[in-house]
Amino acid sequence: MDNPKIDIDLDHEELDVVCERPDTLKDARMHYCPGCGHGVAHRIIMEAVAELGIQDKTIGVAPVGCSVFAYHYMNIDMQEAAHGRATAVATGIKHILPDHYVFTYQGDGDLAAIGTAETIHTVNRGENLLIVFINNAIYGMTGGQMAPTTLFGQKTSTSPYGRQREFNGNPLKITELLAQLPGAFYVTRQAVNNPNAVRKAKKAIINGFKYQELKRGTSFVEIVSNCPTNWGLPPVKANEWLVENMLPYYPLGDIKVPSKEDLQP
Amino acid sequence: MGELRLMKGNEALAEAAIRAGMDAYFGYPITPQSEVLEYLTREAWLRTKASILQAESEVASINMLYGAGGAGGRVMTSSSSPGISLMQEGISYIAGAEIPCLIVNVNRGGPGLGTIQPSQGDYFQSVKGGGHGDYRLIVLAPATVQEMADFVLEGFELAEKYRNPVLILTDGALGQMMEKVELRDQVDRAARKIPGWATTGKTPDRAANVLTSLFIQPEEMEQVNLRLQEKYKVIEQNEIRYQTIQVEDADMVLVAYGLSARISRKAMEICRAHGMKVGVIRPISLWPYPSQVITDAAQHAKAFLAVELNAGQMVEDVRLAVNGRCPVEHYGRMGGIIPSPEEIVTVIEKLYSQVS
Repeated sequence: MDNPKIDIDLDHEELDVVCERPDTLKDARMHYCPGCGHGVAHRIIMEAVAELGIQDKTIGVAPVGCSVFAYHYMNIDMQEAAHGRATAVATGIKHILPDHYVFTYQGDGDLAAIGTAETIHTVNRGENLLIVFINNAIYGMTGGQMAPTTLFGQKTSTSPYGRQREFNGNPLKITELLAQLPGAFYVTRQAVNNPNAVRKAKKAIINGFKYQELKRGTSFVEIVSNCPTNWGLPPVKANEWLVENMLPYYPLGDIKVPSKEDLQP
Repeated sequence: MGELRLMKGNEALAEAAIRAGMDAYFGYPITPQSEVLEYLTREAWLRTKASILQAESEVASINMLYGAGGAGGRVMTSSSSPGISLMQEGISYIAGAEIPCLIVNVNRGGPGLGTIQPSQGDYFQSVKGGGHGDYRLIVLAPATVQEMADFVLEGFELAEKYRNPVLILTDGALGQMMEKVELRDQVDRAARKIPGWATTGKTPDRAANVLTSLFIQPEEMEQVNLRLQEKYKVIEQNEIRYQTIQVEDADMVLVAYGLSARISRKAMEICRAHGMKVGVIRPISLWPYPSQVITDAAQHAKAFLAVELNAGQMVEDVRLAVNGRCPVEHYGRMGGIIPSPEEIVTVIEKLYSQVS
């Protein structure tokens, strides 16, 4: 059957643009697998930067992992950090540019395994940063190995019979752990698996940037995401698996929010 | 004339960093250089508003340095041998991303946890790499407390000139000893121009600045390496530093740097008083290495002796420069033992009698 023919007038003057690529995103095709949450997460962070009008005062730190090329897509000044060291790099940037907006973008291996020390101490010092933590419960770039956040029973290439407590230890709730630290100003867990979740995640990112102006501590936004390729699921099934398996262990919502007094300038 | 003070080497270095207009220091305490962090936390913020941060580890320190140097700051860290080993990951990244910064190694004995006493056992690590990949550090080796101070501003300026990390390689004795030091005037932090490549926030008039050492396409990675090697050639052409003492007529040449050079000079003076024609070549830049002056001296010298506080590391570079023209021997003590000039003289006498 032939495809239906639709007559589209691209120059139609009555069409309103309701959504376009912000200048903070480069006009580049992303390398992420179909259905992966990184692209959405990149976009909402850059939309936040654009809407806040802070492109000229924002510096990002890219991680090691699937999103190692974040600077190919984010049209802002960025530094690439060694695996796990992003929050130390961000600390250095912030000490030179204390009035700028600095954020890290890190996956679970980067932030919750090799970089645990840097993460905990950065938050405990209360560095005025935004840390964005993408949790997809698996190592993506290296081909699907077990992450600290891999769930019990979840099969990976290094937990081929499913994660078991006696062999692999426990899935790490790093976000709850960090929320206990006095330097943590705002800690929340969001997701990007449906439009409503994306809107909430973007709001959290905006909060994380704006709170830097108060200089009262670290903002930490976990984004529960997916990895269709290494989970071995098509994108829609992956999001269903996320809801059924990840969210019960990593429930969404704010874990630590500033009080009204905290938000006074 | 600048201000004169009697200071410890570590403190003179820290004071020089403040006066050099340093913007930030990140470090972790380790003997025998903890005075650097202690001095800076006492003085720097009060006087220049420089940011001083005691990190949770050397790994964090060097990565803070990466971030701060990348943001355009004049930045420094210091540590001692085991701590410098922890920093090697970050040093490789800093060299790869071409971020200027100053790293200070107050060398102590190793391997492993070793001893807190002075050593020159980190020569290989300093000048031959240490971290992964093909990169070079500019390495300066002070021999006096005065040079501990002088090499700080010089190190910052070299780092910024070439967008390359600079290492001051000193040792626990120089860090702890007190000597008279003449201090330079204060550099105004605000007057320094922030380089255009730094990540200071993308403005409409330029593309986004990205600092990375990741070039995943092999062709691109090779081009980056070739460009780095070209830069290193320029540094080799322009930045070799050394001192020669009575080398012109020397039958025997001692080659020594830092603390060993001081002892060797005294040994040379004793030998000269006894009629032995001994000279000293003191490499000040350990990379780029002053090979040519050694090659030139090998035209007339009958033997070379490398004096080091290690098992024989720099002696390999001396042998490369001498290239078989005459014997090259090594004398070294380890474990924090500092040889006396008389001990060196005994070694010289034995070698001298064999070649003259």
